[in-house]
Amino acid sequence: MLLSSFLTSISVFSVPLSIDITYLKLHKQHAPALSNIIETARDSGYQGARLAIEDSNTTGKFLQQHFALTSFEFTEQQNLLTRIKEEFSNGKAIFILDASLPVLKEINLWAQNKNILLFNISDFSNELRNSQCVNTILHTAPSNAMKSDALAQWLLYRRLSKVLLIRGEKPADIALAKSFKRSAKRYGLKVIAEKIWNFNTDLRRSAQQEIPLFTQTSKEYDVVYVADQTKDFAEYIPFNTYLPRPVVGSAGLEALSWHKVIEQWGAAQLQARFTKLTTRHMNEIDFTGYLAVRAVAQAVHKTNSASVKALTAYIKSADFKLAAYKGRKLSFRAWNGQLRMPMALIQPHGLVSQSPQAGILHPITELDTLGFDQQESHCNAN
Amino acid sequence: MKIKLLLGLLFISQSLLVTAGELAYVTNEKDDNISVIDLEQQKVIKEIAVGQRPRGIIFNHDQSLAYICASDSDRIQILDLNTEEIVGELPSGEDPETIVLHPNGKIIYTSNEDDAILTVIDIATSVVIAQIDVGVEPEGLAVSPNGDLVVVTSETTNMVHWINTKTNKIIANTLVGARPRSAQFTRDNQFLWVSSEIGGAVVIIDVASKEIIKEFTFKIRGIHRDRIQPVGIELSRDGHYAFVALGPANHVAVINRKTMDIEKYLLVGRRVWQLALNEDQSQLLTTNGISGDVSIIDVNKMKVTKSIKVGRYPWGVAIKHSNK
Repeated sequence: MLLSSFLTSISVFSVPLSIDITYLKLHKQHAPALSNIIETARDSGYQGARLAIEDSNTTGKFLQQHFALTSFEFTEQQNLLTRIKEEFSNGKAIFILDASLPVLKEINLWAQNKNILLFNISDFSNELRNSQCVNTILHTAPSNAMKSDALAQWLLYRRLSKVLLIRGEKPADIALAKSFKRSAKRYGLKVIAEKIWNFNTDLRRSAQQEIPLFTQTSKEYDVVYVADQTKDFAEYIPFNTYLPRPVVGSAGLEALSWHKVIEQWGAAQLQARFTKLTTRHMNEIDFTGYLAVRAVAQAVHKTNSASVKALTAYIKSADFKLAAYKGRKLSFRAWNGQLRMPMALIQPHGLVSQSPQAGILHPITELDTLGFDQQESHCNAN
Repeated sequence: MKIKLLLGLLFISQSLLVTAGELAYVTNEKDDNISVIDLEQQKVIKEIAVGQRPRGIIFNHDQSLAYICASDSDRIQILDLNTEEIVGELPSGEDPETIVLHPNGKIIYTSNEDDAILTVIDIATSVVIAQIDVGVEPEGLAVSPNGDLVVVTSETTNMVHWINTKTNKIIANTLVGARPRSAQFTRDNQFLWVSSEIGGAVVIIDVASKEIIKEFTFKIRGIHRDRIQPVGIELSRDGHYAFVALGPANHVAVINRKTMDIEKYLLVGRRVWQLALNEDQSQLLTTNGISGDVSIIDVNKMKVTKSIKVGRYPWGVAIKHSNK
């Protein structure tokens, strides 16, 4: 008896573990935009996950743990769904999903009662965190509500309380505007007018004439919020508004989980490693991909187990904490599987602030002032 | 004209040599320079330009030279403290962050944060003797006073790596809390103190067994526990106190090592980072990254007595003895 327990305690650090993570990406159809100059790298997300695998293996070599990443890309939704089922029946059980909302919902239905660990790294929609709950999926991507709360807190701090809201016509833009209106109500801001962008001129030539007219209102505003998910027109709003006011939302000051200008809390090192690996800058999706792999690796380091059941239990537990170059430890919200994290407020070339803002209080953690708190979320992931 | 200027410089440095009291050298990460504080006058008496993003700083044994990690210049610069000129560099590998001197005075260890490497440098020949693979983002460094062991903490791997200084091989790894930052050996070589920034704890590790024997967590009224992030550790020579810089909590914790109680929290500048005690252990200096100043703690009264404005993002601090 004594001998056997002695042996187990020795074996804790001597059994080599091998962890396979599968990355599934659905290439989304990009809507045509007015300006097509700024493009997001096609390998966004995957490269972040790749760096996290490297980082985790550096740690893993001292613990005899090895991490591997396999990546698949799809243009058809159905092919992705077929593949995840195939991989699962081949014994793979940890998946990083860079896909759209309908795919995530379908995967969630299929994954019920399975021993599987799923991460959403690129869908920001509020409904996945609040109404159409996906109890099998953890979100390292922040929700739109977290982003709009982060901005609203800053607007409150700066006393910019009268907001002109501009939105596009697409469903995603309507969702963003709705998210901001929720945040505005929460933090006592006033939307003085809401305008819908439906012009079809070429703004590279005429933004200077069109936007001032478009942003002329009967009431004064302190700030303009733009809801334009695909950045169809948003970048033309700053400096062209009728009243000279700051622009936030999809242009101007943006709430992001990551950006190339973040350098505090050791971030400079992460940025340097990423640039060395990829010869480009790390973006928000790279970062959420990085976090998903790091969450798995952290759980493997701590539990010394490769069992998906044990890893999932640990990641969802109160003991789990992830250091993520944000100055706070991150953990997942039990009710909707959302990773709680501070949001950076970025103007194109500088970090302006980080929310939660000082003075915004919460009985448990200030990080839960961003996004859907337990009381308001209709989800219960357990 | 040039000769006159040189003579003038010589005169200034000579006069300094004669009268200098204790001087604190503070590296300013974002100003690429060092602020020199005269501890008697309690003010900055000069700034010395160095390489990009200076962080770790130490002196050689007779305190005639300072070794400075100029992280973004990818080198360790050697500063002659008498002439205040950079007189050379050591081959450091990329992005050196922290630096420590072996008690024999001949070997320097530096952590290469970007490459997950510990570099061992022979000072006399300026040659890299060994590069040791360690965890991601190596940071805290300490050599045991008897010279047998060097330890390095890795921030993203969350480990203390124990290295035999004779073989330059890792002999053990101890998992600690998230984002370990500083490590300090006790003078009797028996214990190692390690801080974990995100883990929010300081642990004492028994050097013989490499196991954690004691953990301190901190609690300050009105400050959320997530903001209490231990970074720098300084142990008083008489074995009485341990001081722990608590980062964005803006406090230094005072631990009584005899009773193992946390006795006091002292309010200092914003995002307190590294610590240094002066020669007679009566003053403790703290570098405060965000407020860009240095707080001075009177150790006998256990009170913060002064804050001194330095450059942007002060990082490391080393105190040169008085030569009066």
